[in-house]
Amino acid sequence: MKKSDITILVADDDPDYLFQTVFNLEKAGYKTIAVESQAEAESVIAKFKPSLAIFDLMMESDDSGFILCYKIKRKYPDVPVILATAVSHETGLSFSVDSDQEKSWIRADKYLEKGIRPEQLDQEVMKLLKL
Amino acid sequence: MAVLKVLVIDDEPGIRSGVSRILKNFHVTYPFMDEDYTFEVTEAATGEEGITILERDMPDILLLDNKLPGIQGIEVLEYIRKKNYDIVVAMITSYASLDVAVRATRDGAIDFIPKPFTPQELKSSIENITKQQYLKRITYKMNQEGKKVRYQFLSVLSHELKAPLNALEGYLRMMQGKQAGELIDDYATPIERSLQRIQGMRSLIMDLLDFTKIRLERKEEKIQEVNLAELASDAIVTVQPYAIQMDVSINLDVRTNVIIMADPDDMEIVFNNLISNAVKYNKIGGKAEITIDSSDSEAILIISDTGIGITKSDTENLFAEFVRIKNEKTRNISGSGLGLSIVKKVVELYHGTIKVESTPDVGTVFTIRLPKKPIIIP
Repeated sequence: MKKSDITILVADDDPDYLFQTVFNLEKAGYKTIAVESQAEAESVIAKFKPSLAIFDLMMESDDSGFILCYKIKRKYPDVPVILATAVSHETGLSFSVDSDQEKSWIRADKYLEKGIRPEQLDQEVMKLLKL
Repeated sequence: MAVLKVLVIDDEPGIRSGVSRILKNFHVTYPFMDEDYTFEVTEAATGEEGITILERDMPDILLLDNKLPGIQGIEVLEYIRKKNYDIVVAMITSYASLDVAVRATRDGAIDFIPKPFTPQELKSSIENITKQQYLKRITYKMNQEGKKVRYQFLSVLSHELKAPLNALEGYLRMMQGKQAGELIDDYATPIERSLQRIQGMRSLIMDLLDFTKIRLERKEEKIQEVNLAELASDAIVTVQPYAIQMDVSINLDVRTNVIIMADPDDMEIVFNNLISNAVKYNKIGGKAEITIDSSDSEAILIISDTGIGITKSDTENLFAEFVRIKNEKTRNISGSGLGLSIVKKVVELYHGTIKVESTPDVGTVFTIRLPKKPIIIP
């Protein structure tokens, strides 16, 4: 699969993070759909299957990202999902999706701290899409 | 109904069964307690047996005889102290030995029950102990909650501070890598957005300063006569440039010229926050109205707007720290989420009240009532 055949859904209520993520992904050669809320993301999911999705954790509600993960996995179990947030490890709200127990309730394939470098993001996307 | 576990260690079976019988239907209640306390008694004939039960059951209260067949009561006390167990100990003594009393007190016994005791003597002793236990628990709980609140505050704060930094970093990296082009003009949006994020961060820091000010600075010498109408018009001047941008007209209606005793900085915080909100969350071409009035005992401030309004469920959390109503309409409005929590704290400091009424898409009305008489602020 070519990168230009891949469409990534990005949902984030921080307009700058959304702008940058989309910019970097497009720069890397992917197509993107950018939305600024959980509600918008849900309506995209309802009629379109993206190749991969990147969700911010806190949007309209504190767990918007979790809800989106759950909903997209129910509709398209094979679409990889990245959960991105600025909630850092030192805040005590640390979590990952590496253990089985975490995978059982966080339906994301990867958890990424915001502020990662564009090349890193590209690599994570390629790994999840097995490119 | 809460149950306190009582362990009685005494080699005389009569004393043990007496305690069990007396406490079986006894309950302690005080007007300030939210529940009654009852007691569940376990008995031990020796110190050794007592320690085993102690380890297993972790009683709340220990009634301890000093003169025991094996190890002495004092040694049980020492054991508890070394292990740092949270158990209230009352000694049951048949003779008032000063030496034992001193040692027992030093090792943490808080009461002495003379032997033989009447049911009433035991009950009043238990009642005292229960009151102490209750207060200790409440204090502990409140401390824990205080810590938790502070911790949450700090973690949300670090999130709020990191988000703009991440945005700035992203834009700078974009420029560093010349990813959008060779010309500075190719980066007009990133530059504009960076400046906006810096502005947002600055106002968060200003709010935080206000926040620590009201928490830490309580200087009575700063309390003076404050003319609310004057402060309100100062605040309007501050907000005016923003209001012009939004095409919002601000009207000040002084029905009574109210003077209250307050720290002018505090009142400035209240006006600045509420008036700037009335502009910020308004519609283009909308109105903001500030009314100053008074009753016999109170100053009344009403700040109303014709803005986007707040739903009923959102008003419930409106005054909490870092709460920002997130929806389509507020998406492009920046704010720290601290303003209203600060206003509420200030108002409460002056023993006043703040109330909000709102209809989505119609507008919001904040009503503040402040006592006119000076009140000593703790």
